[in-house]
Amino acid sequence: MDYEAVIGLEVHVELKTNSKAFCACTTSFGAEPNTHVCPVCLGMPGVLPVINRQVIEFGIMTGLALNCQIAPFCKYDRKNYYYPDLPKNFQTSQYDLPLANNGYLKINVDGEEKRIGITRVHMEEDAGKLVHVDGPGGGYSLVDYNRAGVPLLEIVSEPDMRLPSEARAYMEKLRSILLYLGVSDCKMEEGSLRCDANVSVRPRGSKTLGTKTEVKNMNSFRALQRALEYEIERQISVLEDGGKIQQATMSWDESRGITTVMRTKEEAHDYRYFPEPDLVPIEVDNEWIERVRKSLPELPDERSQRLINTYGLPQYDAQVITSSRDLAEYFDQVVAKFPDAKVVSNWIMGDFSRLLNANNLEPQNSPVPPEQLADLLQLQKEGTISGKIAKQVLEEMFKTGKKARQVVEEKGLVQISDADALGKIVNEVISANPKVVEDYRNGKDKALGFLVGQVMKATKGKANPGLVNKLLKEQL
Amino acid sequence: MELHNLTVSELSKLLAKGEVSSVEVTTAIIDRIEAVENRVQAYVTRTAEKALEQAKAIDEARAKGEELGPLAGVPMALKDNICTEGIRTTCSSRILADWVPPYDATVVRNLKDAGSVMLGKLNMDEFAMGSSNENSSFFPTHNPWDYDRVPGGSSGGAVAAVAAGEAFYSLGSDTGGSIRQPASFCGVVGMKPTYGRVSRYGLIAFASSLDQIGPITKDVTDCALVQKAIAGHDAHDSTSADLPVPDYQEALKAEIKGLKIGIPKEYFAEGMEPEVEESVRKAIAKFEELGAICEETSLPHTEYALPAYYLVATAEASSNLARYDGVSYGLRVPGKDIVEMYMNTRSEGFGPEVKRRIMLGTYALSSGYYDAYYLKALKVRTLIRKDFDEAFKRYDVLATPTSPTVAFKLGEKAGDPLAMYLSDLCTIPINMAGLPAISLPCGFSQGLPIGLQLIGKPFDETTLLQAAYAFEQNTDYHRQRPDLGVA
Ligand SMILES: [Zn+2]
Repeated sequence: MDYEAVIGLEVHVELKTNSKAFCACTTSFGAEPNTHVCPVCLGMPGVLPVINRQVIEFGIMTGLALNCQIAPFCKYDRKNYYYPDLPKNFQTSQYDLPLANNGYLKINVDGEEKRIGITRVHMEEDAGKLVHVDGPGGGYSLVDYNRAGVPLLEIVSEPDMRLPSEARAYMEKLRSILLYLGVSDCKMEEGSLRCDANVSVRPRGSKTLGTKTEVKNMNSFRALQRALEYEIERQISVLEDGGKIQQATMSWDESRGITTVMRTKEEAHDYRYFPEPDLVPIEVDNEWIERVRKSLPELPDERSQRLINTYGLPQYDAQVITSSRDLAEYFDQVVAKFPDAKVVSNWIMGDFSRLLNANNLEPQNSPVPPEQLADLLQLQKEGTISGKIAKQVLEEMFKTGKKARQVVEEKGLVQISDADALGKIVNEVISANPKVVEDYRNGKDKALGFLVGQVMKATKGKANPGLVNKLLKEQL
Repeated sequence: MELHNLTVSELSKLLAKGEVSSVEVTTAIIDRIEAVENRVQAYVTRTAEKALEQAKAIDEARAKGEELGPLAGVPMALKDNICTEGIRTTCSSRILADWVPPYDATVVRNLKDAGSVMLGKLNMDEFAMGSSNENSSFFPTHNPWDYDRVPGGSSGGAVAAVAAGEAFYSLGSDTGGSIRQPASFCGVVGMKPTYGRVSRYGLIAFASSLDQIGPITKDVTDCALVQKAIAGHDAHDSTSADLPVPDYQEALKAEIKGLKIGIPKEYFAEGMEPEVEESVRKAIAKFEELGAICEETSLPHTEYALPAYYLVATAEASSNLARYDGVSYGLRVPGKDIVEMYMNTRSEGFGPEVKRRIMLGTYALSSGYYDAYYLKALKVRTLIRKDFDEAFKRYDVLATPTSPTVAFKLGEKAGDPLAMYLSDLCTIPINMAGLPAISLPCGFSQGLPIGLQLIGKPFDETTLLQAAYAFEQNTDYHRQRPDLGVA
């Protein structure tokens, strides 16, 4: 039988507000354990939470960017469960009245655009982190509460995705939007962007939903895609074998490449939600919403459209470049100095991105600032260096942080466009390869390419390829 | 007159005139505590040394001519659910028996700013759950009027200390009557301010939407003085009201002629002791004599207040008390894994009444029961509030008994939680509606004090205090002191 999958994602994103959700502690990452804490985020007896307005502001921004309705009235609730990283043994969250709901975002997979519904966006707080220390008798666990109380948004999608690649595209797009908004660092490996997936399968064409499982612990886009591929296959093979899907929470095991059961339905928590009595409800009036709407930055879709309209970039280029706000900023800055947008986009999508990835860098901390890339492209355009040399120069610039012209000068990479100098080398190559010359004269056009290659080799790639062609033809 | 019998305002005058120093009076009260504490047992923790240091500092400030308020140098004590930096705060529970807060509650900061001298922390029903102080995990406090009787609860220690002259005033907390019922049992003045009038930051929560800190004093003037010092908006408490705090003491002397007092008939229910009803009726007659207009009225949903309260309060408590798990502070009883550690810690750390309420509240919030219990209780709460809204369209103040009975004997109701809960019948609806109410002495039955409860409009503590003050000026119940059997 032919099956299709139904996928919905629950994404948690840590907000990079100045202070935590309900106290004045900083949210910055990577400090010594338990140094960014106070009685409030440690859940000590007698403390009370105070709402951080910036959290609501970031929530409204996110809601608007995801085309949601912002609720005029919402409230916090307590989600009760016991876990040692949760200081109060309840999480302050939102239950029946979330901050924003009923939105969507657009993804593009294999050239096809698709709209994925956003059910809700709500505010909550993060928990601490458990660190297990091995030792006799099984060791012990330590808790770091630095993260406890850091504000989170939970963004819940509709079950609108059918393929793991769509889920991945959704996550990438969501991350891109959040980065454009500047509300989060969105680092999956540091846990500031996390995602759980609800997955079920059903015979293609069926309207009813199959029994779903929830998959957790996917710490990268790749892990998300692999985990979903595995889980969908697993569910299909259970059904094919005449079995039934058990409703359960599954954990993705990255090293083994499989999902395993974490909890079954019987073990599911009863969170006993009820309204948080220590906080007053939140009212968001239209004025506030409009003020935030006006302050929203240009988002990926708008920016991509702008690149298409302004520079005539192909849609593919525009989408790749605008997938990251930083990359798009970088592009704009290069184009400002070197206006051939298609050349810039080729370089940015090609060698520049490759070098960034290889060095694990972001555009804004690249050793090659935008004006230097523009300079490099200018050198190539002027004919000072060849395209091939330009690639070498860029690598060198990445390695050393030197300017394009400096690298070209120091390494003597200036293109040889002097007809006298090149003429000598051309003559040498012709006399050293009588057989090839013969072939060329007998009409084998390919032979010319070999001779050009020999000249380039002799000049270490510095020869002006156009001029070499011209000189060779003249001599022959 | 013995120093320990003075009121705050009387002592304050002596201190201001230099007729007595704060160190002298603090020493006298420490002696007084020594003399009576073995019978009253109001204190969980005593901080005599620190108190003397604070007293000395105030005396020095006074000597330098610094301007000091009416509470400066006056020894007081706090119910042991109000956090004090560096001084253990136990909630009279084994689970917090050794817990030392790293911060001061906002009210403690306010009182420190006012120059208060803190004598120690006062016994209570564990986590403020109880009406007799018998639920303290440490020991029961005794009623200074009759050692065989309970002082009431849960602020039993806080009230007994004031009644026995072991502190000039104290702060208690009131979730369903925990200041007013013991104030009535021990013949002192106790006020629960409007919800939101006094910051709850640093008050160890029992039921967040009902808890409120309030003053316990020997008379109404003192109540006004202390209330002024602790009231006001606090950025640390989102539920605290951003409203100006009136000068209560200044307002006391206003006439009450023409004051409209409603007498809700539902508060004179069956089971009320005849002597209590008689005293309260006499107090109402006194108000009429003073020119007030008293009328019977009705608060029809009163009978549902108690069951609804025991759903709302326990539901919130079940969540508030979840943090006592042995992980990062308080008692930890090890187990083979984390779940067993939780269970051992909470089994040994909490007493039976606290466990009962955690279970009740957990049940009320459970999936499938939420609508039938918690949600319905919230609806009842709205109806109770509306009853009061209606009544306050016609009346300035409502008058009722504080408790249907006088102080009962230790052990008398300890085995019967329901009978114990009924002891708060007249005080619980006020917390459900978030209103201010005061209990003041209005008579005696066989040598035991009887309390009159006055209930006010939201944030109108002023009218309450005016009415209470007028009554007090024309009676002398508040001047009676128990005979503690010591020199
Ligand atoms: Zn904090």
